[in-house]
Amino acid sequence: MSAPAEIRVRVTEAEAVTPAIKRLKLVPVTSNALPDFSGGAHTVVHYTDGPRHVRNPYSLMGSPFDSSAYQISVLRVPDSRGGSALIHDSVNEGTEITITSPINLFPIDRRARRHILIAGGIGITPFMAMTAQLDREGADFQLHYAMRCRDTGAYWKVLQGLYGHRVHTYFDDSNQTLPLTRLLDGQPLGTHLYVCGPAGMIDWVLKTARHAGWPDENVHYERFAAPPPGNTFAVELAKSKRTIEVGPRESVLEAIEAAGIEPQFLCRGGACGQCETAVVCADGTLQHNDHYLSDDEKASGKKMMICVSRFEGARLVLDL
Amino acid sequence: MTEPMLSRPRYPGLSADPHAKLNLIVCEGEGAGAVLDLAAKAPDGFFSRAAILFCATGASGSTYQTKLESLQPANFWVLPSIATAMFRLKGVLATATMGTRLYAAGTEPFIGSVLQEALAVGIDFKSVFTEHRGSAKRRIQCVHCKGLTEDVTASPFTCAHCGLTLFVRDHYSRRLGAFQGVCVDAEVPGEVPPVEELYP
Repeated sequence: MSAPAEIRVRVTEAEAVTPAIKRLKLVPVTSNALPDFSGGAHTVVHYTDGPRHVRNPYSLMGSPFDSSAYQISVLRVPDSRGGSALIHDSVNEGTEITITSPINLFPIDRRARRHILIAGGIGITPFMAMTAQLDREGADFQLHYAMRCRDTGAYWKVLQGLYGHRVHTYFDDSNQTLPLTRLLDGQPLGTHLYVCGPAGMIDWVLKTARHAGWPDENVHYERFAAPPPGNTFAVELAKSKRTIEVGPRESVLEAIEAAGIEPQFLCRGGACGQCETAVVCADGTLQHNDHYLSDDEKASGKKMMICVSRFEGARLVLDL
Repeated sequence: MTEPMLSRPRYPGLSADPHAKLNLIVCEGEGAGAVLDLAAKAPDGFFSRAAILFCATGASGSTYQTKLESLQPANFWVLPSIATAMFRLKGVLATATMGTRLYAAGTEPFIGSVLQEALAVGIDFKSVFTEHRGSAKRRIQCVHCKGLTEDVTASPFTCAHCGLTLFVRDHYSRRLGAFQGVCVDAEVPGEVPPVEELYP
């Protein structure tokens, strides 16, 4: 087994929800139904157009009760490595792309007595599916959604229409701030908190919740780190006996895949742990950019997550 | 039974949550000793944010009661049995808010009962701080009649409900707060291995 099962899908709707956010509706090319998924699941989109190439994770934002189509939202990231820009430029109604079977690394905890969902910007997407699921199951939930402004924020009107007073919006340009400390105070025991948004927001929520005495087990988050750019370096693969060059704007995983090797992966964002790779020898500095390995594991220098982490130094040998 | 089972619970010991707004400490008998040891390393003001629910079982119950009281917790309740202690715990948990940290110390069946109450209000067992003190006795569920037998210290033993001779396994159910007992002489009735006092 290497990569998760791939599915060929066709884009049947491509809508500019905001100037920077494109919503895609995807239906299967050869069957009537896609695999079931639960709120919080993501898929990895794989698309090539000439020399341009994208292989990025996106949360599924459609209803988990509709397996006839998936929906994703792609934010055009200005300083991105070109993946999101490629989708904005070339993926339109009728385009066929490849996606992986859904994987959920951000599931609802069904033991919870109450669910508090906190979204920042494009981090709203997993909550689109989660709210559909929680609403249908009659669960006690509330969504707190922070955006820059009314024009660039996506789906907030739709959500207000669907869930009314359970949706709370906060707009930066109106000086509205998410009242996190007050929100965390006095919630019934067994309340679970979920956060998805920019890294700074996730850090703020995790830290505030911990200081409010919330156990880690009640606080859930999803952050997909985009592989950060860096200097070119070479990777020696001990098992395949090959040396591969990793360019400044690609990850180790992408460079290895381009060379025809298919290591295991699920999230491609440093969160799931699937692409954990043993380091045989590292004469230099491993730049750990993942959220999976513990600090001790990172310091040991014996493992790296090849989807987001890099290397700087004389020689790196991986057990691949 | 050489490999430890994944379901076999671990009790890493009590440590203080410095951020909890309420430290809800539930202990039984010798478990009070774990709370007194926690007091030696807890930060200042810890017990002013604590409620202690003490189940005074065992011979040294009254000695522990005085010592626990001297920690000056914000609330202190003494209950005579696990059943009454769990009834009180249920009531406290029903109105408790997030920021409450639950601690449990005592015998394994006692901790199991506390975790059952915690589970019922959506608390993950991993967020409860636990310490095993006192007897190694077990609560066993007979896989045949489903009856629970308390205070089992030996294997095999006789099911208090259906009378089968049960071998005690390490297989544990958090939902039941009990280990599993399986008929030991199903192949040849009456052929029973010697009784070992494994859980004194």
